[in-house]
Amino acid sequence: MARSALTGTRIRERRMALKLRQADLARAVGISAAYLNLIEHNRRRVNDALLEAFAQALGVEPVSLSEGAESALFESLREAAAGAVGPGRAEEATTAPLDLAEFERIEEFVGRFPAWARVLAARQARVAALERVVETYSERMAQDPFLLDGLHEVLSAVTSLRSSAAILVETPDIEPEWRARFLTTITQESLRLSGAAEGLVEYLDEMEAEEAGPASPQEQLEAWLETHAWHIAEFERPDPPAPEDLIAQAPELAASAARELARGYLARALADTRALPLKPFLAALAETGPAPGPLAERFGVPMACVFRRLATLPEGCAGVPPMGLVVCDGSGALTLRRPLPGFGLPRATAACALWPLYEALSRPMQPLRVAVEMAGRLPQRFLTYAFAAPRGTPRFDGPVLMEAMMLVIPSPLAASAPARPVGTSCRVCPRADCDGRREPSLVAPR
Amino acid sequence: MNERRVLVVEDEPNIAEAIRFILTRAGWAVTVEHSGARAMACIADMHPDAVILDLMLPGRSGLDILAELRADPALAATPVLMLSARGQGRDREAATAAGATVFLAKPFANADVLAALEAIAAPVPAKGTEQA
Repeated sequence: MARSALTGTRIRERRMALKLRQADLARAVGISAAYLNLIEHNRRRVNDALLEAFAQALGVEPVSLSEGAESALFESLREAAAGAVGPGRAEEATTAPLDLAEFERIEEFVGRFPAWARVLAARQARVAALERVVETYSERMAQDPFLLDGLHEVLSAVTSLRSSAAILVETPDIEPEWRARFLTTITQESLRLSGAAEGLVEYLDEMEAEEAGPASPQEQLEAWLETHAWHIAEFERPDPPAPEDLIAQAPELAASAARELARGYLARALADTRALPLKPFLAALAETGPAPGPLAERFGVPMACVFRRLATLPEGCAGVPPMGLVVCDGSGALTLRRPLPGFGLPRATAACALWPLYEALSRPMQPLRVAVEMAGRLPQRFLTYAFAAPRGTPRFDGPVLMEAMMLVIPSPLAASAPARPVGTSCRVCPRADCDGRREPSLVAPR
Repeated sequence: MNERRVLVVEDEPNIAEAIRFILTRAGWAVTVEHSGARAMACIADMHPDAVILDLMLPGRSGLDILAELRADPALAATPVLMLSARGQGRDREAATAAGATVFLAKPFANADVLAALEAIAAPVPAKGTEQA
């Protein structure tokens, strides 16, 4: 049934589908068979009253005969009903045309709820467009927690919309209370989908802009460290190479600013390695567990040194969990981010104000040990150690620059133990009632 | 009692309500549980004929729940229809590996949920042969 078919053609198709003779239909609507023939071949226009009569005689909504302008609407609704989504999901698409009985129900839906039908069709078009965008970013989405949450929102809203709309379409005898209920759902979920879609598009736009430029020097350094699993094995040798030699072999450190950062980082890492040689440090660690306090005391080194060493141990040491590390300066800007799975670190924006990292910044020299629960689809618990101290040796004639650090360890605590709720960053945090919130979230509260 | 009972573990209230509506009209007795943390206790309580389990639940992953279910001799045989809003590849593999009887990706067609449920659940016991 071509969507471009004219009214007469549609009347003819419907009549033939019902196996009615021209004469019978003509009599039913009160015109002559010859006139009907002209109409059926689109040689006479059909006025509203006659259209109504045809619709009644053929058992359809008038809108389905006069269609024309509505064809895009029908197409969208069919897509919604069939779940015929964009490219790449062909295995789920229902490509076969809808059967007549189902088609009638869509017409009924459009006839009885024209405004809702348009809302649903508009949403369907939006979903299709978003799904194409989503498709192109699928690789990234497998890793990016911001995108994963946004996509989950979209898919959940679409699932609700599709199920609710299908129920309205496919349940002609639906009770009024249920009908009202599902219409409310469609309203709610449409709004939710709009919000999630806007957030997703905004984020993708920003990401595109971000990725157009080169990665920041800090990102280049972190990417290079990632290729070494954050452990500079060469420094553990009795004759460690100079930091400059390592940097010379690192094409990842493209920008001169990145190489400058790497110089500072590696010089400190080398000093840490000398202060805390691997073998005795691992032996002590086996005794005390990954607790920075006792280790700093035993080796007589600054807390920061132990934090950094703990977070950059070689992979696979027995009894040593993987650890994350974030370091910030007095402005709160993150100057180093060693990620840990499940503990989301913001890419460019400021982090969650509830992180013990920032509490440490406001309470210099006081060690903090805080269990936290990271918000997310599946909240995870971590044990954090945070400590802030002046960077370098404080001088009498200059400002004291503070540096705070937070070591993040997968929580060994029982699930019932109290944990401070934290997030990654407000924009992607689902926590609804949070005193620390500074901007609205892109993800729905739950 | 000839009515078959299904537990729907789904945190999205609107999705859960739509599933409840569809399955109830198809003759199922439907119980909805929104919390992943309470799901296991609920399954142990009601011994449903089938479970529809969302993969991403706040509090507890559907995969965890499924693993615990399969490890419990009294409940291990319960057919489980796993739902996920995260595409086909990895989630389907993870769900199958954890012991899901069948997997359905969101968004789904209502008829598919019913068909999948009917396919995995045991047929309605005939009158008079009520199970103990």
